[in-house]
Amino acid sequence: MKVEISAVSHSFGAMRVLEDIELTVSAGELVVIVGPSGCGKSTLLNIAGGFTPPSRGQVRIDGEPVVGPDPRRIFVFQERGVFPWLTVEQNIGFGLFRVTEEERRRRIAHYVQLVGLSGFERSFPRELSGGMKQRLEVARALAVNPDVLYLDEPFGALDSITRLQMRRELLRIWQAERKTILFVTHDIDESVQLADRVVVMSQRPGRIRRILTIDMPHPRDLSDPRYIALRDSIFAEIGLAHHV
Amino acid sequence: MRNVERLVLPVLFAGVLVAMWHFAVVLTATAVFPSPADVFRGIVTLAERGTLWSYIGDSLLRVGVGYIAAVLSGVPAGLWLGWHPGLARALNPVIQMLRPISPLAWMPLAIIWFGVSNAAPIFLIFLASFLPIVVSMMNAVQNVPQAYLQAARNFGLSTPQMIRRVIFPAVLPRAIVALRIAFGIAWIVLVASEMIAVDSGLGYLIIDARNAGMRYDLVVGGMLLIGVIGLFLDVAIRSAERLPSVRWGFRE
Repeated sequence: MKVEISAVSHSFGAMRVLEDIELTVSAGELVVIVGPSGCGKSTLLNIAGGFTPPSRGQVRIDGEPVVGPDPRRIFVFQERGVFPWLTVEQNIGFGLFRVTEEERRRRIAHYVQLVGLSGFERSFPRELSGGMKQRLEVARALAVNPDVLYLDEPFGALDSITRLQMRRELLRIWQAERKTILFVTHDIDESVQLADRVVVMSQRPGRIRRILTIDMPHPRDLSDPRYIALRDSIFAEIGLAHHV
Repeated sequence: MRNVERLVLPVLFAGVLVAMWHFAVVLTATAVFPSPADVFRGIVTLAERGTLWSYIGDSLLRVGVGYIAAVLSGVPAGLWLGWHPGLARALNPVIQMLRPISPLAWMPLAIIWFGVSNAAPIFLIFLASFLPIVVSMMNAVQNVPQAYLQAARNFGLSTPQMIRRVIFPAVLPRAIVALRIAFGIAWIVLVASEMIAVDSGLGYLIIDARNAGMRYDLVVGGMLLIGVIGLFLDVAIRSAERLPSVRWGFRE
């Protein structure tokens, strides 16, 4: 098992946020955590990333307890995490200060191309669209060759068309690089489109209500009855009828 | 059209203003207010005598020493306070209490401590620019987005690396603005302090022109020189805003 979250509970003061979370993720798996806002899913990701020590329980990666942030596991925010004072290639190279200059240049070139930013190497983030900034942040994360990527609502600030394109991009990159990905979203459609497994969480204090395996190959047909059935079962699980 | 707006229109406006000034003086036949030509002649006379350059040099030296000392101490102090919230909380009430005191209120103390010398205005300029720089830098550090710090820690940067590679560039645009504002204050305080604490400089020029011979042409000439030099220095500091690595902090 790559990531093992065992008996994790968390409180902020008197407010219980997470309750007894058990989740294991295998190497190369893409697991999406979905739940209503305020259910503690981002907190869970911060705990897994080593940014927040849990009140109780433990996270282990490759059997080793997580005690803090680590370049082997990179956290990706909405596109606001890119550094506006650095160019595209400088952003991608940000974490590459322990490798040789030659290796650094090689990796920057590789990831500029992988995320489709060729021609923008010398551009600053302010000259990029929201989707490009998001891809830049993913490239910066991938450049340090982490085993695990944590994505916290990475496409939340993008318009719906860009968001669809970004999901396809993410799947392409994931298939090329075979990273273990833990992805948090409140978008149920997004979870079913991307995930190997969807973890459905309850309202606060967040508990895991159910884990669904999405046994559909990529690319997924969004009008496939199987897709719709899976999606509807999550809507039902969260207690929402999907009528507007 | 762009160039016309940026260069020609301001020059045209200034020209119209000078013309209005000229005709106002001529039409009212005033004896106390000099015409633009009087002022120009006055400045030329000062330049020929050499006092103009030595006064400008003295003023620039005082503002330079006081302001650079404030930058060299205020920037690190502000970064340090911003980085240590507990320390900032402890010192902030005192800082906020000192801030509304005009630097000129320190003048009597400055004269007792330093006498009539360069040190008195330099001290006042230092005081005037130090606290605004400290407060702005402190706020700038406190407002660095959490996402930047979290990313830096995630990539395994040590604290000194984080300060150099994230905090410093992240606060740079605000630092430039803070340094500019502080310089504006320093320049104002310079002139006021030279009217009292020393016997040279542009502030002294104004007060001496009035006291020694009711030379209002030199009073107005001194005012214009202060304005023009201040403008050039401000433009010089502003040019830092065009550096590629800080453009993000300013509107296009």
